[in-house]
Amino acid sequence: MEEFHVIDNCLMVRLPEEIDHHRAGYIAEQADCYIAQNAVEHVVFDFEDTKFMDSSGIGIIAGRYKQISCLGGKVYAIHVNRQIGRMLHMSGISSLVDIR
Amino acid sequence: MKNEIELYFDGISNNESLARVTVAAFVAHLNPTLEELADIKTAVSEAVTNSIIHGYENYHGYGKYTGSIPAYLPVHTGKVRLYCLLEKDVLHIEVSDKGRGIENIDKAMEPLYTTRPELERSGMGFAFMEAFMDDLEVESTPGQGTTVRMKKKMTAGSWFDGEE
Ligand SMILES: Nc1ncnc2c1ncn2[C@@H]1O[C@H](COP(=O)(O)OP(=O)(O)O)[C@@H](O)[C@H]1O
Ligand SMILES: [Mg+2]
Repeated sequence: MEEFHVIDNCLMVRLPEEIDHHRAGYIAEQADCYIAQNAVEHVVFDFEDTKFMDSSGIGIIAGRYKQISCLGGKVYAIHVNRQIGRMLHMSGISSLVDIR
Repeated sequence: MKNEIELYFDGISNNESLARVTVAAFVAHLNPTLEELADIKTAVSEAVTNSIIHGYENYHGYGKYTGSIPAYLPVHTGKVRLYCLLEKDVLHIEVSDKGRGIENIDKAMEPLYTTRPELERSGMGFAFMEAFMDDLEVESTPGQGTTVRMKKKMTAGSWFDGEE
């Protein structure tokens, strides 16, 4: 299951095991609620638990990036495995997001 | 050695995981590498999701707009067909729908091109299918539907060589 935590001005999104279009809407919607309610500046996507992702995951990250980057916020992706890293690079999102 | 399966399911987002898990199970006895499995599952997920959101325009995944339209309530009814054939060491996958079809296939296949930016689609679906499989073919007629054919050579060992 995905989890959301606000620490200072950062929203930490712990992503679920599987990220597809079926789940993506919910994750994006929840993240947006936290961003709006907690004056969040930066967003961290944690892929530690994630074993599967398709292009819906790119949409989630790009959508949050659009929202917070105009206010000077940064987006981070952590615990990115090889497969997911490949997708982030192919889509070009890796040039917008700090990948660890 | 030859083995084939065919599966029809409703074009709703609940079935995206069913489709990719089915294909993963279909090739499980070949002991595919984790990377091969991830490649196949992503490609299947892309094709099936396209049939659901673009073909049948059922774009409400779980959670989105929960107040009004739950994910299992299709806006348009229609089945997605998933066909898999394992012939020697090559996996063939076909995903088809009888949805709205694609006007301009070349354009649709360009990376980052999407007709649904408002749904946060990234336009990377075909690019991932192309990158993660060995071969990709798209056939589509506007108003009639779309078929995506993909192939991947499996690296797994001696299992194929037995008969012939
Ligand atoms: N099965 C389909 N039926 C109708 N249109 C499709 C289908 N698959 C793809 N398309 C069209 O091709 C475009 C590109 O698809 P894709 O690369 O998967 O990107 P995305 O799904 O993120 O839009 C879609 O935006 C859509 O217009
Ligand atoms: Mg797609």
